[in-house]
Amino acid sequence: MNSYEAVRSSVKAGDWLTLLLGILCVVLITLKLWNGEQADRAIIRSAGKIFKEVPLSRDIQIEVPGPLGISIINIEKGRARITSDPSPRQYCVRQGWLQQAGEIAICLPNQVSVELTGSQKKYDSLNY
Amino acid sequence: MTASTIKLTATTEDHHVAKMAAVALGLTVLENAIPSPLPGVKPGLANIVTLIVLQRYGWRMAAWVSLLRVIAGSLLFGNFLAPGFFLSLSGAVFSLAALAISMHLPQRWFGAVTHSILAAFAHIAGQMMVVYLWLIPHSGIAYLIPIFATAALVFGTVNGIIAAKFIATPPNTSSTKNTKGTNDT
Repeated sequence: MNSYEAVRSSVKAGDWLTLLLGILCVVLITLKLWNGEQADRAIIRSAGKIFKEVPLSRDIQIEVPGPLGISIINIEKGRARITSDPSPRQYCVRQGWLQQAGEIAICLPNQVSVELTGSQKKYDSLNY
Repeated sequence: MTASTIKLTATTEDHHVAKMAAVALGLTVLENAIPSPLPGVKPGLANIVTLIVLQRYGWRMAAWVSLLRVIAGSLLFGNFLAPGFFLSLSGAVFSLAALAISMHLPQRWFGAVTHSILAAFAHIAGQMMVVYLWLIPHSGIAYLIPIFATAALVFGTVNGIIAAKFIATPPNTSSTKNTKGTNDT
């Protein structure tokens, strides 16, 4: 009895059905949750307060003052990024372009953040 | 002075539960030595024991084994009543609930693999619910669900196949398994 036969003999017909449905579920969940909704607004925060809320439809450059200096945020073709920031490690700048709702770039040292939101509040699958 | 002793009478069933829980505990310790790419993604080898107990002795004993394993395991790793413990507990409770339902599926068609997959999904659903309602109330954790769901499906299937193999082997011949060619079925 080789291992392939061993597996065959222990898996019943309904088990294959369950496995198939399981794969289907996982694929659907992945498609649903990882295809983020297109964002249409950017919320820019400074020191925890909303500094500005701008639509992504218009290309614009915004300068946000923080405790270390000025962070520059660019909005272009429905995307947003922090172009320059005085923070030492530059994490938020290296994050690059944000384009899906829910994405966020945070410059902690300069207390500046950019968060993208969609037209509707996103629900997750945990709400039954 | 008479020494006061508390005497607990243990039935053979109790002994059996304890033995099975000990095996499950051993597997938990073993699997904790396996590095995981993402915290929370674990094979859940102890569930093989739960599945076998479910098949052979019914749901009540499977619940005992599973919950004892969670509690004893948390004492062993020192996270009793810590978040990790409640995650294990919620996973175990949800899995047992799923098993309580799936065990009534026709046995002719549905075996341990089905039970295992359903329990694995219930496990992760319960854990994600606790994470969301208590630990990280942010919808961002939804991005992790596909990873956990994939892991649940893969490990659920593998554990189910292993459990089905053990279930197919009668208990008294399982010890002679390694003597070559004596138990070809």
